[in-house]
Amino acid sequence: MTIVSVPRPRSWRRSRSSRPRSLRPRSWRRLARRAGLNLVGLLVALVTLFPIFWMVSTAFKPATEWYTLSPHPLPSHPTLANFRAVIDGSVIGLPYWNFLKNSLFVTLVAVVASSLIALLAAIAVARFRFRFRTTYLIMLLIVQMLPQQALVIALFIDFRSWNLLDSLIGLILVYTTFALPVTIWMLRNFVAAVPRELEEAAAIDGAGPMRVFWRILLPLVSPGLVATSVFAFIFAYNEFIFALTFLGTDTAKFTLPIYVQYFYGRNGADWGAIMAASTLFTIPALAFFLLVRHRLSAGLVAGAVKG
Amino acid sequence: MVKTVPQRVRGGAQPPRTREGPSVAVRAGRWVRRHRVAPYLLLLPSLALVAVLILWPTVQIGTFSFQNYGLDQLVGASPTQWVGFANYWQILHDPEFWLSLKLSVFSAAAMVPLTLVVGTLVGLLLARLGRKMAAFVSSVAMLAWATPAVSASVIFVWLATPDGGVIDWFLTKVPHWLGGGAHWAGFSWVNAALPAYTLATALVVWTSFPFIAVSVLAGLRTIPSELFDSARVDGAGPWQVFWRVTYPVMRPIFQVLFLLSVIWDFGVFTQVYIIIGELGQRDEYNLGIYEYSTAFQTPPAYGLASALAFVLTVILLIITVGYVRASVREGALL
Repeated sequence: MTIVSVPRPRSWRRSRSSRPRSLRPRSWRRLARRAGLNLVGLLVALVTLFPIFWMVSTAFKPATEWYTLSPHPLPSHPTLANFRAVIDGSVIGLPYWNFLKNSLFVTLVAVVASSLIALLAAIAVARFRFRFRTTYLIMLLIVQMLPQQALVIALFIDFRSWNLLDSLIGLILVYTTFALPVTIWMLRNFVAAVPRELEEAAAIDGAGPMRVFWRILLPLVSPGLVATSVFAFIFAYNEFIFALTFLGTDTAKFTLPIYVQYFYGRNGADWGAIMAASTLFTIPALAFFLLVRHRLSAGLVAGAVKG
Repeated sequence: MVKTVPQRVRGGAQPPRTREGPSVAVRAGRWVRRHRVAPYLLLLPSLALVAVLILWPTVQIGTFSFQNYGLDQLVGASPTQWVGFANYWQILHDPEFWLSLKLSVFSAAAMVPLTLVVGTLVGLLLARLGRKMAAFVSSVAMLAWATPAVSASVIFVWLATPDGGVIDWFLTKVPHWLGGGAHWAGFSWVNAALPAYTLATALVVWTSFPFIAVSVLAGLRTIPSELFDSARVDGAGPWQVFWRVTYPVMRPIFQVLFLLSVIWDFGVFTQVYIIIGELGQRDEYNLGIYEYSTAFQTPPAYGLASALAFVLTVILLIITVGYVRASVREGALL
């Protein structure tokens, strides 16, 4: 979870394709080239997808089929027993839903809070020129590079004295804060893209700052809010170090990443059940990701490749 | 009675006011506008959170690293004492620190170039694919990027398990002259540092190449095709086109991606933590894991761990300075 400001090379104008147009080869050669490239592309996709596919496939296999020296890609006798074990909570004694609920609670609250707080900051940075503006932006860049496994020591000691250990509220605070730099960094481009004239016109028509915000700015940056919140969502849903450290032994409060890791640690070599737990943790994230993929790439372009 | 008359005249048709004048909200609004504090007010919530939960802990790490902060100090049984550079002195003479530093450096030295090369190649491929195929391949690749680190790590451990893992099975099928063979059957990938970090490298490359590929693709789209045309007319092959045209133009992008990769891969935690089996095998710790175990394994030594954390932070900050400078130079702050 990092601000990614990949700069665009200066002074080149955009062009749609990087392929030379004046040098078109004969059509059969073009077809062969195209087929070859597509084949390589397909291969890349398959190799990349393989670990995820193998996780899901193992989750549906009975033990005799995954504990074997000649593994098959697909289960020949698919079973739901692994999922049943996870959902019934045969390992920690608590059903999967408990941990999903914890994770969703923490993630959603952190995403909403960080989006709102970041929007305020993004407005300040995009709409005003003030002292320390550059300092603030550079601070954000630096802050998000600080190693979390270092900060967790001090935060553990602080949270202990603030009674925030073993508490989902503590996690929400940390996730909200650590999602801020990236969210602000990306949102400010969306805010800057809203034409100032619209706001000025509304102000001339007698709308106060609040009204301008609710009626003009917020609707226009809401696509940006969705795009940036995806990053906050992925960060908070996947976060491991803070949850591992702060939630300690209170298994009922575990979020899904800690739950999966604990499940894996406790279950020794029951790979069917471990993969089922992992599947139930991963699939919601990937489904959400696929759902908002287009907005996500908008976020990437606005935040990452900034012109 | 007399006093109110001129007021009424000046006020004209205004509604009667309370003695305080305009409402608090209106006055606050005026004050904000007069002193131009609006941006600062807007920044306040984010700044407060970042200050309390990121900046202050960083300062604390620095402070603790000069103290004998341990379990007794945590529970308040005995007072915290300043110990000067004792923690740092201990680190310098600690072979485990040097081993963990070595593992961090070496693993980053393997992960960063591999990620960049694979990511760049896939990015170049995406630029040459048709629209639909490129969208398909990049979506699939981004799935790897979006897979939670914990899941990805557990999956890779499962792929590499000696009993029934598909990697060992595959390696036994690979012909001898390619390094495969029956001796791979039952090979354990997590019981020694080299195989464990080989697995971690594969995992990190799998997770982070999609981001590099997408960034490279975005950069490639900014290069005018005339440049490639003229290079090819001059007889340049793909290798030369890349090094003579693509790379020089996209240098700033590669620079930033390189620095980001170094920062991420030097500080990799979750993946290594799970692959080496939590905190069991001390000879497989990287710097971050060693620091974490010093802090949270009994007996906890928060002071010593803070010194390690400070060293880790300083190393990463040095790289971050390069990253910030590269970003500022390219106008990221505008």
